[in-house]
This record gives sequence, C-alpha cells and structure tokens, in this order.
Amino acid sequence: MSKIYIQDVTLRDGMHAIRHQYTKQQIADIAIALDKAKIDAIEISHGDGLTGGSFNYGFGAHTDWEWLEGIAEKLTHAKLTTLLLPGIGTIHDLKRARDLGVESVRVATHCTEADISAQHIEAAKNMGMDVGGFLMMAHMNEPKKLAEQAKLMESYGADCVYITDSAGALMMDGIIDRVKAYKDVLKPETEIGIHCHHNLSLGVANTIVAMQHGATRLDASLAGMGAGAGNAPLEVLIACLNKMDVHPNCDLYQLMDLADDVIRPLQTRPVQVDRETLSLGYAGVYSSFLLHSERAAKRYGLDTRAILQELGKRKMVGGQEDMIIDVALDMLEKQK
Amino acid sequence: MQKIKVAIIGSGNIGTDLMIKILRMSDILEMAAMVGIDPESDGLARAKRMGVATTHKGITGLIDMPEWEDIKIIFDATSVKAHHYNWKYVQQYPDKRIIDLTPAAIGPYLVPPVNFDSNMDVKNVNMVTCGGQATIPMVAAVNRIAKVHYGEIVASIASKSAGPGTRANIDEFTETTANAIEKVGGADKGKAIIVLNPADPPLVMRDTVFTLSEQADREVVRESIHQMVAEVQKYVPGYSLHQEVQFEDIPEDSPVFIEGLGYRHGLKTTVLLKVRGAGHYLPEYAGNLDIMTSAALATGEKLCQLQKHLA
Repeated sequence: MSKIYIQDVTLRDGMHAIRHQYTKQQIADIAIALDKAKIDAIEISHGDGLTGGSFNYGFGAHTDWEWLEGIAEKLTHAKLTTLLLPGIGTIHDLKRARDLGVESVRVATHCTEADISAQHIEAAKNMGMDVGGFLMMAHMNEPKKLAEQAKLMESYGADCVYITDSAGALMMDGIIDRVKAYKDVLKPETEIGIHCHHNLSLGVANTIVAMQHGATRLDASLAGMGAGAGNAPLEVLIACLNKMDVHPNCDLYQLMDLADDVIRPLQTRPVQVDRETLSLGYAGVYSSFLLHSERAAKRYGLDTRAILQELGKRKMVGGQEDMIIDVALDMLEKQK
Repeated sequence: MQKIKVAIIGSGNIGTDLMIKILRMSDILEMAAMVGIDPESDGLARAKRMGVATTHKGITGLIDMPEWEDIKIIFDATSVKAHHYNWKYVQQYPDKRIIDLTPAAIGPYLVPPVNFDSNMDVKNVNMVTCGGQATIPMVAAVNRIAKVHYGEIVASIASKSAGPGTRANIDEFTETTANAIEKVGGADKGKAIIVLNPADPPLVMRDTVFTLSEQADREVVRESIHQMVAEVQKYVPGYSLHQEVQFEDIPEDSPVFIEGLGYRHGLKTTVLLKVRGAGHYLPEYAGNLDIMTSAALATGEKLCQLQKHLA
C-alpha cells in the first residue's frame, strides 16, 4: 500500500463545533501537540475556509492570519495547511496564508462545480504549494460524474482530489464506488483523499474502506471535533490503523489524552451522534448548518430537525447558511 | 425619434439576454452589432436570426464592420481579461462609450437607484456584478438612515445560469462586489460571497444582505428598504423582498469581531431578496442575468437621454 497521509482538521472543521472561537493559544497548543504525535498535516482556518468570518458563517474569535501566525515555525514534522472556498476566499487570501508558512491548501467546491476552482488551484501550484481538490457534498453527485469533476481538478494541477462527505450521508458502498470511479479516471500519481462526517456513525468505517480501495490521504480530528456529529475521530482512526499495521508512527495514547483532556472540554455543544446530527446524515444536509439551524429554531420557536429536513428537501448546498433563516420564516408563515 | 446605435461584445448568457432586452424593450437603443469569438455560439446564431449584424472576430472584427462608425455605446459582456483588451481599442474613439458588465471595474461603479446621476460623463462605467446590482441598493437604503459599519452579501445563483465567464471570474466577483458595497453602498467595510447551486429544476436567484449599522428606528430602516425595493422594481420587475426585513440587536457587551474593523456593535439588519428573471434568454431562475442586463440597459438609455439633452 502507498504511504498513508493523515491530515488533522480539529483546528478547521472543529471550528464549526465552537462557532469559530478558538483562541490563538489553543490553536498553538493543539497544533504543537498534534505535531509531536506525528500527524502529517494540520489544517488551520475559519471553518468555512480563509476569510470565512462573516454574519453568514459566524465571525471568528480571530482572523485567519492571527490564528496562522507563528505556527509554521513551531512545527517539526507536520505540514501547515489551510482551506479555501472560491466564492468566499480569494487568491489574495491564499498568498497571505502562504506568506505565513502554509505549504498546502485544499480548494473546495460543491461536487458539481469543480470548474470554479481552476484559477485557485493553478495559482496555488504557481506558488509552489501542495494542492488538494475538495469536492464537497459528494453524496449529491453519482460516482462517475463526481470522478469527472475530480478529473477537472487534476487538470488544473491538483496533487490530490478528495471525496468530501460533508453531510455524512454516504455509506460504505457509496464511498467505495466513488473511490473506484476516481481510480478509473485519475492519473496514477494523483492521490485520492477521503473526508468523512460521523453523522451516521460511519466516519471511521468509511475512511477505512476508502483507504482499502486506494485512498491515501485521510482526514480526521481529535474527538471528532468538527461540524455536525464531527469527523472521523483521529484517535479512533489511528487505533484502527495500528491494528491494521498501517501508518504506525503516531503516538496513539497522546492523541487519546488530547481528545479527552483538551478537546472535549472545549465543546460547548457535544459533538456526537444525536437526533439533530443524525438528521443531517439522514437528510443529506451540510453538517455546518447544525448550530445555525439550532439557533434559528430557538429564535423562531421551531424544531431543529424540521428545519434541517426542509433544507435537505430544498437541495441547499454548502455555503447557503443564509437560507436557514429563510426556511425558518417560511415555516413560521405556514404555521399561521 | 432616432434610436442610438449600440453594439454588444460577448455572445454568452449576459450578452444575449441584453440583446433580447434591447430588441424587445428599448425605444431608445438600436442593436447594430453583436460580437463574439466563437462562430458556433448560440448567442451569435440567435443574433443572426433576429436580424442583427454579427462578427465572431472580437473587438477588431467589430471595428472593421461598416456599422462601427455609427455605434455610440458598446456593452462589454465578456470577461475581466477581455474587457481590458477591448477597452484599449474603444478608448481611442472619442465619440464612443463603454458600459462594462464584467467585474473588471476600470471605470467607476454604477448602481442605478443609488448613484445614477454621478459618473454620467465618464467614458467607461462599470456595472459591478449581478450580486452587487441586487444588493448594494439595500446597503445604501440602510446607510441613508443609519451609518453602515459593515455590509455583507450572499448571492446564490443557479449553476445553469453561470457561464464560463462568470466561473473564471469568481475572485473578481467577490472583490469587486465587496469594494462596491463600500464605495457605492456606503459601508465602512464590505464582504461578498457567491454560491452556485446545481439543483434541478434550477432555483431562482436569491440574495441576502446583512448590515451592521448604528442603532436607528427599525420602522424607518424598514420603510427605507421597502422604498428602495420599489425603485429597483421599476427596471427589474422580478425583484422582491422574499421575507419581511429582520432586525437583531448586537449589544455593546457582546460585539462581533469583524476583520478590518475590530469589535463592533449596533443594529443587525437582514434582507432576504429574490430575483426572478424576465425569462428573455434563460428561464426565470436566472435573475442574475436579468438584474445585470436590466441595469445596463437602464444605464445605456440614461446616457443617451443625457447626451441628447446636452446636445
């Protein structure tokens, strides 16, 4: 099996779970601990990527630049990485991140809109960065068509293309079919990545089957810290990989301690499979909608699950958080 | 009354929609030429069918056409890069003006209901972006009542309505729109977000505007927004408030942290808009085409009337 590469998303996807409120000190402490535990890459940015701070997605406790500053110098093993969503962040923002020592970036689009990433992937390659294409809400596109989108990202220069199950809605067969479809069309040197959400409790299982069928870059986060029911929990994934004799260099016990002693106490809303987060996976809704929907439900006296179901029915995609208020107001109107 | 002759460069979605509007709706402008770069494009074929002279050789092809001499206004519906190229040629002709529908923004921004009367003597005016045309009037509507510290807009458009030009210019969209939220909308700081949604059947364009302003009487702000919506509806009939304006207090002891501004409190106003297109070239979901081409058409007509008045 080719070399497996583990990317931690505690400090990026994990932002969603705490409304993007990490302090600079928390970011630095957690990044250093992950580096010591020999994780390959550490992703840091607002949950919605560089300059995601907004009314729509939530303002961060800091700017991306404040979070990123000084981290690269402290890492001895791991690559410092970040996320960019065309339509939110720009190439100027990416340059600024690169100047702060970010070596690798994932450029994310909805699973049918890869062509809006051409500018950004090319620019990142010209800056000498490692680039992943991140096809979000991958359950909304069938395997063959998703692979065509992956091929586009490869053609712009991506070193790796991800199957990004943003809604945690895919089951193992759905993952395997997509990895196979990628393998059918991508060049052998282009890596395949997998990013899961745990809404159906399949985060780790889906990551492992993806790896068994050829994915080499795996995403995970401490205690699953991420949107919705979180990501594949990093400590659990590493334990499984150890049992499979894959990527045995990470310090498992240190990761367990970090998950329980550092990360879980930060969670203001538990990151777990419960009726709301299960509903995300069940209805195929963008996991980041969770806290926004819970807030709208409270503000307008509605049921979170009903809001999530309606968002799924309306086929809202990642980034349309503004439509949560819209759905809530429509539901209120109907009740009258 | 003799009509003023115009050309459109760019035979994609926006250019073709604008052509149809001029042909069907304008008593002032006359379509003299449609310019593309792809002889097979649907836009050029449609122009020919509708009796409009065409070239597939870009700006130089247009300059070589017999119609060129009488053309007074050129609408540029290409891309940022192509607009820079086209402008180099057009600016050499003192009797011709260009209305830029790309986010290149060489000339000053023009959002009809906000700053229609300024910049009318400029040879190159920029129509910002579709999202900017839909939202900046709302930022200005709040700002004329209460100083806007921060204006943020989210434009959601149907994937089918975003042609290759739009897709290759996503950064220019966000940057140009954000800048115009400040320059035309009056916000100290602007931010713009665009989302493409591929749902089938396609979803009608939606725009959401968030402002953080000084505290003000909410009823007065609401009234100002309703009046501005009516102004936009004069030239974009499908423009509407989809929900009643929402207000929220951001208290001083719990402010928001905005990049470039720091901690801010005040009145948060949320405006949820829907822009239904007129269905001229693409079906009615493509409100993003409609708001752009309607604003450009209104601007072109105003330029002509002003010129006549001066003459």
